[in-house]
Amino acid sequence: MKKYKWLVPTLYIVFLMLPIYWLINMSFKTTTEIINTYSLWPQKFTTENYVKIFTDSTWYMGYVNSITYTVFNTILSVAAALPAAYAFSRYKFLGDKHLFFWLLTNRMAPPAVFALPFFQFYSSVNLFDTHIAVALSHCLFNIPLAVWILEGFMSAVPKELDETAYVDGYSFGRFFFKIFVPTIAAGIGITMFFCFMFSWVELLLAKTLTATAAKPIAATMTRTASTSGYELGLLAAAGTLTIIPGAIVIYFVKNYIAKGFAMGRV
Amino acid sequence: MNKTINQKAWLFVIPVFVLVAFNAAIPLMTVVNYSFQETFGNNVFAWEGTRWFKQILLSERFHAALGRQIAFTFIILLIQIPLGIGIALTMPKKGWGVPVCLILMSMPLLIPWNVVGAMWNIFALPDIGFLGYTLNAIGFDYNFTQQPGDAWFTTILMDVWHWTSLVVLLSYAGLNSIQPAYYQAAEIDGASRWATFRYIELPKMKKVLTLAILLRFMDSFMIYTEPFVLTGGGPGNTTAFLSIDLVKMALGQFDLGPAAAMSLIYFFIVLLVCWVFYNLMMKNEAQS
Repeated sequence: MKKYKWLVPTLYIVFLMLPIYWLINMSFKTTTEIINTYSLWPQKFTTENYVKIFTDSTWYMGYVNSITYTVFNTILSVAAALPAAYAFSRYKFLGDKHLFFWLLTNRMAPPAVFALPFFQFYSSVNLFDTHIAVALSHCLFNIPLAVWILEGFMSAVPKELDETAYVDGYSFGRFFFKIFVPTIAAGIGITMFFCFMFSWVELLLAKTLTATAAKPIAATMTRTASTSGYELGLLAAAGTLTIIPGAIVIYFVKNYIAKGFAMGRV
Repeated sequence: MNKTINQKAWLFVIPVFVLVAFNAAIPLMTVVNYSFQETFGNNVFAWEGTRWFKQILLSERFHAALGRQIAFTFIILLIQIPLGIGIALTMPKKGWGVPVCLILMSMPLLIPWNVVGAMWNIFALPDIGFLGYTLNAIGFDYNFTQQPGDAWFTTILMDVWHWTSLVVLLSYAGLNSIQPAYYQAAEIDGASRWATFRYIELPKMKKVLTLAILLRFMDSFMIYTEPFVLTGGGPGNTTAFLSIDLVKMALGQFDLGPAAAMSLIYFFIVLLVCWVFYNLMMKNEAQS
């Protein structure tokens, strides 16, 4: 029984990799080959799909747009959440519990509920089709998440740390940035990872709030699919490329992931 | 930790409060506004009272979508939670296998949702997809674009593929926080594998599992992009879950009043369930 234990995770990983392999397989085929033949690997290996994406600005700008608003949102969410999480972890104040639950309810709001009002609202303040609009709208679910995770990490730091620093004559600002932030660096890393992840994978709001100038890659994919026939090879190549930023981010935070989950706050 | 009372702490919370309120309160008020009125465009409104709410609550279309949604979420939880725990229990605890498992298992979580839908579409197509082709080759009459049963099967399989890893990672973290002394004690007592799981591992995982169920409930109840790209809600309306139905009503038919009323009812259901879970979680936390 024990001898075959490794089989379960292995089979699971094989199951996870199969659709990804299929997508990569398709991305190296021409659309004609995809439609006409079924094969486990490309018969006529081609990179023309990738060449098209890297030379056509409507395609590669999609990636630039997605990464721009994702990074902007990550920085904004973490910067705003840091002081708030500190307040929740250290102080009692009027309405703190209600405020915390209210923040969480926004993580629970179905984006479909907000799509239309968001569109009207951002149009009326002239932010429609900008990176800022998407970054701001993603704050709706990323800020509550960031506060929640950071609060977990901060509560694990004993309060004595703060008190000792004040006794040593640190001002609040110096203590916060010189001592406290480095102490919870791992937690900040995890939080940035999750903000990046949820902003990167979200499409409904990003698509609703953009037209051309800030159009995310995911929307480029769906729109191209409907306008220029069904270019499966191109679509598969674009899809494969969207996996890469995530894979890079996972690689860098792999040691923190398990630790972050262990804090029980993700 | 005993916290000090400090009303000035509000100053720290203001940036978060403003950003979230700006994003949540204003659009939510728009929805509330629409839900009680009839709109004629050009900002002309007529008061309708609770008419839209009654209409939605009594409509068969809403009942059907809600029924499908509840069935979907229920099946998802029933598969993903036990499966996730099982995989976490069999994962290596140290050595080179740990980072390999963590990296590969996190992959599906970081793929944009519409790419997940598109990927599964290509993967499941009966003529050119690996899954569809294989199922047909071994004798199943499988076509997810035509047969409702197959569409459900594919949607559920896709969600299991997409999200089981989250349950795995959470359970794995919960298991890792158990001190080796517990296992040694169990061994001395001659506890069976099942007893170890039932009386040591499961209670220790209670907190992370509540969280896993909560997250999986919320996200599967709000699911939109993946089934929209995979099946478009079809064939017919058989996989049109609440969000898909809502977007169809709001942006497709521009029935703003009923769509707004439906949004609020939808949000209310999610909120109610989450409130119960949140209280459970806080109770657990207070105990430990």
